[in-house]
Amino acid sequence: MASLRRFSPLPGFGLAMGYTLVYLALIVIIPLTAVGTKTLTMGWDAFWAAVSSPRVVASYQLSFGASLLAAAINVVFGLIFAWVLVRYHFPGRGLIDSLVDLPFALPTAVAGIALATIYSENGPIGKVLEPRGIEIAYTPNGVLLALVFIGLPFVVRTVQPVLADLEKEVEEAAAGLGASGWQTFCRIILPHIAPALLTGFAMAFARAVGEYGSVIFIAGNMPMVSEITPLLIITKLEQYDYAGATAVASVMLIFSFLLLLIINGLQGWMQNRHAKGS
Amino acid sequence: MKLKRFLAGLLAGALVAGSAGAADISILNVSYDPTRELYQDFNAAFAKHWKAKAGDNVTINQSHGGSGKQARGVIEGLQADVVTLALAYDIDAIADAGLLPADWQKRLPHNSSPYTSTIVFLVRKGNPKGIKDWNDLVKPGVSIITPNPKTSGGARWNYLAAWAYALEQPGGSEAKAREFVGQVYRNVKILDSGARGSTTTFVERGIGDVLIAWENEAYLSLKEVGADKLEIVTPSLSILAEPPVAVVDKVVDKRGTRKLAQAYLEYLYSSDGQELAAKNFYRPTDAQIAAKYSKQFVKTRLVTVDKVFGGWRNAQKVHFSDGGVFDQIYVPGGKR
Amino acid sequence: MSTSVALHASSLERHETASTREPAWVKAALITVALTFFAVFLLLPLGTVFAEGLRKGWGAYLAALINRDAWDAIKLTLITAAIAVPFNLVFGVAAAWLIAKFEFPGKRLLITFIDLPFSVSPVISGLIFVLLFGAQGWFGPWLQAHDIRIIFAVPGIVLATIFVTFPFVARELIPLMEAQGSEEEEAAVVLGASGWQVFWYATLPKIKWGLLYGVILCNARAMGEFGAVSVVSGHIRGQTNTMPLYVEILYNEYNYAAAFAVASLLALLAIVTLALKTLVEKQTRRQLQEITEKSGE
Repeated sequence: MASLRRFSPLPGFGLAMGYTLVYLALIVIIPLTAVGTKTLTMGWDAFWAAVSSPRVVASYQLSFGASLLAAAINVVFGLIFAWVLVRYHFPGRGLIDSLVDLPFALPTAVAGIALATIYSENGPIGKVLEPRGIEIAYTPNGVLLALVFIGLPFVVRTVQPVLADLEKEVEEAAAGLGASGWQTFCRIILPHIAPALLTGFAMAFARAVGEYGSVIFIAGNMPMVSEITPLLIITKLEQYDYAGATAVASVMLIFSFLLLLIINGLQGWMQNRHAKGS
Repeated sequence: MKLKRFLAGLLAGALVAGSAGAADISILNVSYDPTRELYQDFNAAFAKHWKAKAGDNVTINQSHGGSGKQARGVIEGLQADVVTLALAYDIDAIADAGLLPADWQKRLPHNSSPYTSTIVFLVRKGNPKGIKDWNDLVKPGVSIITPNPKTSGGARWNYLAAWAYALEQPGGSEAKAREFVGQVYRNVKILDSGARGSTTTFVERGIGDVLIAWENEAYLSLKEVGADKLEIVTPSLSILAEPPVAVVDKVVDKRGTRKLAQAYLEYLYSSDGQELAAKNFYRPTDAQIAAKYSKQFVKTRLVTVDKVFGGWRNAQKVHFSDGGVFDQIYVPGGKR
Repeated sequence: MSTSVALHASSLERHETASTREPAWVKAALITVALTFFAVFLLLPLGTVFAEGLRKGWGAYLAALINRDAWDAIKLTLITAAIAVPFNLVFGVAAAWLIAKFEFPGKRLLITFIDLPFSVSPVISGLIFVLLFGAQGWFGPWLQAHDIRIIFAVPGIVLATIFVTFPFVARELIPLMEAQGSEEEEAAVVLGASGWQVFWYATLPKIKWGLLYGVILCNARAMGEFGAVSVVSGHIRGQTNTMPLYVEILYNEYNYAAAFAVASLLALLAIVTLALKTLVEKQTRRQLQEITEKSGE
């Protein structure tokens, strides 16, 4: 194994590598291959039928569509949060900085019942919106809302450090050249933080696509309308349709893996830029 | 090294799980959603009865959830000594997995259903939409709450009741029933995955004009939130819902709990058990107790799955399997 | 995974200068938007949990928490976290050591695999263990023959929890250890320290805050996981109900106040987690700053 690595005087390569691989294999790889092998047993036609039935396709549309939209909303608000937290001092700043991570720490089921209570027709916000014809709970809007909630910290936390690191001089130079604030933002700041924004977007998206706990309480779970893909997997399981559930799960798995590869690539790109810049 | 520790962890976990309640006898009753209150009362009564009769301390563990999900759990190895589910098909599925014989339903009286129920409507106080019978549900502007028949046992009874109604109308036919039930589902606003979820949506969240529900669930809601907010409407025709019970042979033989499990289910048929069922708004099968509580349950015409649909296996295959009638008539999104 | 990025920054605040300041109205507008969003999206749900929990008064609130079922759920949650967190802690340290201290082919792929449980849907995380250990699964018949129960028992819940919290510690440590470099460890090796001594005296003091940070996040997720655990639990009252599952059960039993009371315990845990996290974050930042200063000399 020693031939695998470039020379390092530090001990423990073999142990660390062995342990990491065994643990990774036991907890992650082997269980995930169970999905693969189960899927392989069904044959291509059955697989295709399972993953492309109208109801399944509708759930992809909702899960992926709402997740994309939620991640886009999070890019906007996440950027505003990061901007405000990095650049301004105002009362409550410390509190916001700590609580932005709430969606990470709050169990999803708790978030789900709280959101459902607030946005249903007799909840504090639903009561205000419902007479105006805006329905959130038990519609696809509810799905979107829950996904925005759980995805918010991702963008804030990836953009915040980059924004903080942004060399003041660059901006000052721009100002010296006579660029307006908006031009400075568009031409200098935005390109600089774009990789971080993109990474945050991808992370929020990846998390949102698989989210279950917070969504099911508020979605209404109507087939073809407000039924997310993870719920569909559960539904299929409850109908004893293991093969179907596994097939849909494998589609989601492949997607997650690809998205992660992209995220890690983005992060590598970010680090390189960072290294060059400083 | 890693593997050993991992296995040790698993073993430790298994021991924790295994040792719970080892001091006395315990059985696990895997049931569906709306029976929570019934079995809370019944388990206490049975424990007392068994203590007096056999001297043992018995603990009955309960698990509740959607009927299909619960059956899947048992098939997957959930160690249920007895199952008390929403419909025979779910226990058939357990039988198909070899955990109990195929003729399980003949082992206890009344198709192994100690209590029955039916499907009724729960509406807002004063019945503002004037819902009296099934045909009022398809009127424009009526918003219906019912669970998803693909996942909820109760919802399948709802669906079949609507179907049977359309079939039994003058000039009724399969085609008309199909059309009618399709219309009903076009008025459905929210399709929760379980009966309890639907009740929560309708009662607690205040959504919808009418909830199609188990009779016992409707009465329970009335009791919980008060008769000043809701009313029950019993349609002119409904379905005789028989939630069956069964001992899971494979499990009781392994655990040595057959005697206890058998006695537990038989106690459901005793006058004590029947009283408790009636008090929790299930229709008792015992004639005497039924007579005593006759005022509580509105008389209406009840049809059976066996007569109208040729049994549960058939109903399941025709209506609820993938690509079945429900999938064909369910119009995405409904009409708003 | 995002939080790890935050550790790279030496300071998260910067002060505006005259030449880069936005017009006052822009600043006011942005702060208003952020505060409103914060209040509606984060504070309101948090407040709702406590308000609903206390809707029937303190008596009912306490009664909801002090009974056998609630206590069993709390106990199971604690046991689960107590098993899952140490497992992932040891793994996190080993993986971070491997990735930060050595170069080898396939490193990026390895990191991607470590990250995978982050983006796998919790539902799938539960499903895989059903496929493995369920009665119809790979090991099902063997397990049944030996009367070992994994699914619908505590081991299944622990396994699913380990899976979903798998990357937390590793993901905090990797960037931290990469940033710190290996000079001290290499010096210690030259001085003749053994492997464990190097780790214990040179590395651990440097990473202790990052480690704690990872453990806190790992623990919060372990105690709060819902989807994955829900698939493998079997929902047996008093036996396989964790706190989040118990919340769902109460919610389905018309026991809204009690459901929110138990939920408020979990929310409290989230608040404590965030408070600890803020503290630890400060320490980590200080430590990193010291390193940057030292390397700058």
